Amino acid sequence: MDIQQCRGRILIGKPGLDGHDRGAKIIARSLRDDGFEVIYTGIRRTPEEIALTAIQEDVDVVGLSVLSGAHNELFPEVLKALHQAKGGDIPVIGGGIIPEEDIQHLKELGMYEIFTSGTPVQTILNTFREATEKYRQRKHKII
Amino acid sequence: MNKHPAFVEWKETVLKKTLERFPERQKEFKTDSGFPAERLALPEEIDDKYLLKIGFPGQYPFTRGVQPTMYRGRLWTMRQYAGFSSAEESNKRYRYLLEQGTTGLSVAFDLPTQIGYDSDHKISRGEVGRVGAAIDTFADMEALFNGIPLDKVSTSMTINSPTAILLAMYVVVAERQGIKPAQLAGTVQNDILKEYIARGTYIFPPHPSIRLMTDIIEWCSREMPQFNTISVSGYHIREAGSTAVQEIAFTFANACTYVEAAICAGLDVDVFAPRMTFFFNASSDFLEEIAKFRAARRLWARLMKERFKAKDPASLKLRFHTQTAGYTLTAQQVDNNIVRVTLQALAAVLGGTQSLHTNSRDEALTLPLEDSVRTALRTQQIIAYESGVCNTVDPLAGSYYIENLTDRMEQEISALIDRIDAAGGMIAAIESGSVQRQIEESSYTYQQQIENGERIVIGQNKFQETKEVSPPVFQINKFIEENQVMKLLKIRAERDNQKVRKSLAHLEEAVRGKENVMPHVIEAVRCYATLGEICDVLRKVFGVYEETKGY
Repeated sequence: MDIQQCRGRILIGKPGLDGHDRGAKIIARSLRDDGFEVIYTGIRRTPEEIALTAIQEDVDVVGLSVLSGAHNELFPEVLKALHQAKGGDIPVIGGGIIPEEDIQHLKELGMYEIFTSGTPVQTILNTFREATEKYRQRKHKII
Repeated sequence: MNKHPAFVEWKETVLKKTLERFPERQKEFKTDSGFPAERLALPEEIDDKYLLKIGFPGQYPFTRGVQPTMYRGRLWTMRQYAGFSSAEESNKRYRYLLEQGTTGLSVAFDLPTQIGYDSDHKISRGEVGRVGAAIDTFADMEALFNGIPLDKVSTSMTINSPTAILLAMYVVVAERQGIKPAQLAGTVQNDILKEYIARGTYIFPPHPSIRLMTDIIEWCSREMPQFNTISVSGYHIREAGSTAVQEIAFTFANACTYVEAAICAGLDVDVFAPRMTFFFNASSDFLEEIAKFRAARRLWARLMKERFKAKDPASLKLRFHTQTAGYTLTAQQVDNNIVRVTLQALAAVLGGTQSLHTNSRDEALTLPLEDSVRTALRTQQIIAYESGVCNTVDPLAGSYYIENLTDRMEQEISALIDRIDAAGGMIAAIESGSVQRQIEESSYTYQQQIENGERIVIGQNKFQETKEVSPPVFQINKFIEENQVMKLLKIRAERDNQKVRKSLAHLEEAVRGKENVMPHVIEAVRCYATLGEICDVLRKVFGVYEETKGY
């Protein structure tokens, strides 16, 4: 795809041990259909592996999917790993089976947005677009 | 009364034998108006086409069910999959379920256990005790079944890559209760191929995994003849997004791979095939699901008879567990899920399932609360005891729609299996990623249909409510990981470590050679070797599997 036309580069990651990748794959494909370049890590990645890939691939946004209930541990671990890899300003969006009360907490810790089951894909795409634009503007200013 | 010779013969042989051994639950079954419910309703004229395609229950081709009297004889096993946190907490839930009338246990293990890591491994962080019970050593397994006499229950264990280890632990727990392996009844999932396709808890590459599987089948056929050594599962394939046709076709293609492997290992098909079971999904397209189960039964019987030359009628019977479809549950208006589950459970029953798990209303949010699990179980009990559908065998047989759809499903499933065979079989199809891609395609189409409103999901894309109150959700004990690690460290310090090392060395020798691994795994488990240590030996010899990436 022509760089000019590319909406942005996204890493979709599956931290932790759960193999439920239906949602991650649907989001990855929907983002691609929406004009993004997408890298999918595959299942069972450590937070460090995900952060490293995000930096190496120079992505604009990271999307994470966890369905095992380990989101309260794994999402902050990815944020920490990104920070340590000097990618702390890359927006991270999460999705999965996540109870209401955890969402606020995760956003306070620095997650850009959290989506749960039943969210329209268009809503998720819009959030990725917005996060990408904000990140690119910020990066542009710094450069 | 029908006097067709084939019917008379079925009545005097198959039915008579069953009624003598297993009398029906009631002397008579009546409709609400008071007249007798026919055991088996038949067409007025039984023709060759009927005999060939539909036949009589408990007899080839088993379209109408694997037992001649079906639920009039015995209801399906109400088996609720459960497990979380520690072995002790899960044990409490099992005892609760048994008190509430569940008739079989179904154990959920946490992800580190399923992937062969101890609770203190770095990769286990955050996942300990999340989706099931954490098991590191035999001591955890003992706590899991504390106070539950293992000769009185049948236990299903959802375990795949490390099946040999969990099965060994179960055997040693029974041993301590004074129960011999031969007295144990239950099922291990032990279905590795669908892990690469859909579920993700693989450890080793396909070929050594299949060797472990055949070792288990071989050992159990001698030592645990009542135990079902494999439950070939379409459930997760469907959850990953497949269609109903793909669910059955991929499951049968996996099953054929296992049967071939066992035959190659020198086992007689009629020795192990009767211990093979299946596990399917009951989703929302009510009539298609019923047709799916009936078509699957007929096709499997034919595959076993014609392709694998099985002779024992028990080898031809497709016995299966069913779970309602988790992917159809919505996080919005959660009570609607009770209705979805009811319809799906009814489809499973009308499709002739042998056991059933009904999902709980809150499972799109988190693990279910005890109250929700109770309602899910009551749903099964209402179908069983109030609805009257159990009073007659295969009540939908003969419906033009159901029979035509059953035929169509069978053709489509069979054609898809042929395509996989023609392309070099299931292992090749998995390694190339082609099966995974077909599922992804179906899953994406399904999602697009929801997005564009072509497929209606009540509460989600139609009849939404703007103000939703979020219901209370289940909480996992926050200290579970810490506690589990402390328990593990204590055992590592107190056990006889020299004995552990010796048992692991013996195991490695067996794994490298051709010897059956089961006796060595049991020995290692007895010495309190951990699940992670045993898996490390296997990983060292077999290597690990890397996912085929579609992206």
